[in-house]
Amino acid sequence: MERILFGDNQFFAVNHISDEKSRAQSIKFKEDKTILDTIDIARGLGTETFMCTTHDRIINICEMVRQDPEKYKNFSIFPCMPYAHKYANAVTELGIVGTIQQYVPGNFFGTMFKGGLAVMSKDYISIMELMVDAEMKMFKKINTPVIFLQNVVTDLLLGLGMKDILKAYHDYVIKKYNVEPGFITMNMPKLLAMLESVGIQNPIICSSINKAGFRMSGGMEIYEKTLREKQVRAIAMQVLGGGAIPAKDALEYVCNLPNVSSILFGASSKQNIAQTISLIHEFDEKNNFKI
Amino acid sequence: MIKVALIGAGKMGISHLSILGAHPDVEIVGVADTSKMVNDVLEKYSGFKTFTDYKKMLDAVKPDAVFVAIPTKFHADFVEELLNRNIHLFVEKPFCLKVEQSEKLSAIAKEKKLINQVGYHNKFIGTFEEVKRIVSGGHIGNIQHFLGEAYGPVVLKKKQDTWRSDPEEGGGCLMDYASHVIDLLNHIVAPINTVHGSLLKPIYSNKVEDAVYALLETETNISGVLSVNWSEETYRKMSTSITVIGSEGKIISDASELRVYFKSAKCPTGYSKGWNVKYVTDLTEQVDFYLRGEEYSAQIDYFIKAIKGEVPNNKNTFESAAKTDKVISLIKNKKNNA
Repeated sequence: MERILFGDNQFFAVNHISDEKSRAQSIKFKEDKTILDTIDIARGLGTETFMCTTHDRIINICEMVRQDPEKYKNFSIFPCMPYAHKYANAVTELGIVGTIQQYVPGNFFGTMFKGGLAVMSKDYISIMELMVDAEMKMFKKINTPVIFLQNVVTDLLLGLGMKDILKAYHDYVIKKYNVEPGFITMNMPKLLAMLESVGIQNPIICSSINKAGFRMSGGMEIYEKTLREKQVRAIAMQVLGGGAIPAKDALEYVCNLPNVSSILFGASSKQNIAQTISLIHEFDEKNNFKI
Repeated sequence: MIKVALIGAGKMGISHLSILGAHPDVEIVGVADTSKMVNDVLEKYSGFKTFTDYKKMLDAVKPDAVFVAIPTKFHADFVEELLNRNIHLFVEKPFCLKVEQSEKLSAIAKEKKLINQVGYHNKFIGTFEEVKRIVSGGHIGNIQHFLGEAYGPVVLKKKQDTWRSDPEEGGGCLMDYASHVIDLLNHIVAPINTVHGSLLKPIYSNKVEDAVYALLETETNISGVLSVNWSEETYRKMSTSITVIGSEGKIISDASELRVYFKSAKCPTGYSKGWNVKYVTDLTEQVDFYLRGEEYSAQIDYFIKAIKGEVPNNKNTFESAAKTDKVISLIKNKKNNA
């Protein structure tokens, strides 16, 4: 994993503190080309990994990347699945079973369900696998070294104690795609304990880690203790704490933490992208950071 | 440990179940749902005891508290049965289809001194709580007018019918989206008791409204407008906002950002004359387990604390939810100025 990962929230109007900023972002990134141009700015500054949700608009971005293999030969995407709002809105309208019927490809589930056949455990895992495959379609021929499960799903399974499904996801990503599975969560210490309990060692976990303690569930202390004492490849996201912390203080805090392998950030302007990357390099040099 | 059971493992039920599963003071003793598949998954992977008949579940596992997350039309019967069994209740919104049912159940819960809460989670959002504090403190003076809005992308094309598209079952944008806004306005401004006119407009749905527009008035004679539309694709997810105009200032707030204007320097600590902006990140307390917004965890934690006697049972009670149901029925009665 690269030290610095470029995120996608700014492209899809995800702003944790202002709906107005969200709208401004929607307008700015109306054209897919503008998104790719911004990714190119980050690439030009040495950040070749783009971490993104499996939003419909990523389909076009991937298509443009595929059309220029030479230009994007070092480029990687870390897909984060699923794009939760798509499913959440569908569940509100169609219910759980209706949503699965709509989104699981083929009529595997439809026929099984309508036929009233008993569903075996392996079938539930197959449904999960089919959904992973459906989300991965858009990334064909693109380098995806880590595939993430989005926090809403990870944390739902975590709260429900469904550790075998987390493990099945982990194993399937390795078996089918031969890449690393990753997990996004808002409950990093709890998730790590659950993953360890099913024998997953040193997992890649992306979570909010910031000086303000924003979305660090259970408190910063337990996060810092986990990073100090446990084996985990942590990715810090929301490092600015939703905008609450000045960039310099924010990045100094995460760069000084042990076991933070990578820092995920998103920005719209060349100036902000450049500033973030150079600050991370500056603190890493000071700390003699090595990947 | 508080022994908790769930009735209705749909979207909200499963969300509650996950948060409850991570709660240190809660033991999940049973789940009742009519879907064999959902029950099967919860048994196999979570190890919960599941039932298709909720009464059998109550007999078998004897919960201290139950979360009710079934379609609204079933609430009245289920809740009455549960209250008769002396069980503390957290019920999803909206509370009941008929105001008489809501009021009756509220009275029973009160008489039996059972903890009762309804899932209007906006009251656990930092920005809206701050709006309430500013308004109640009289900091923007006498309220003259309000605007309550919610928009989001739920129904964006014509689709198959579900219970959500059946007005008899509590479907439609009024019961779903608008109830949140009404409840928040009742809480922040004052209970609404008059509807001067309302438009319930289908956009893609056949039988129910996808948008609700209404002219409202509170029991304290404050006027307001309700504007809600769940067929709004320019929003990524549900977005609720409240505007309150007073003699000494004005507030515009959504779930993430609060903007308040004070006409003079007579304003609460931390604010000054003119425009002030606060973000939810500054106004939200950390939760122990986060699933989909601090407010979902916070409301459950509050309910559990109320059962343990650590906080008063005064947030989102059946009584306040009954007032929201009343406004919903007033809006329906004034539908298209009938």
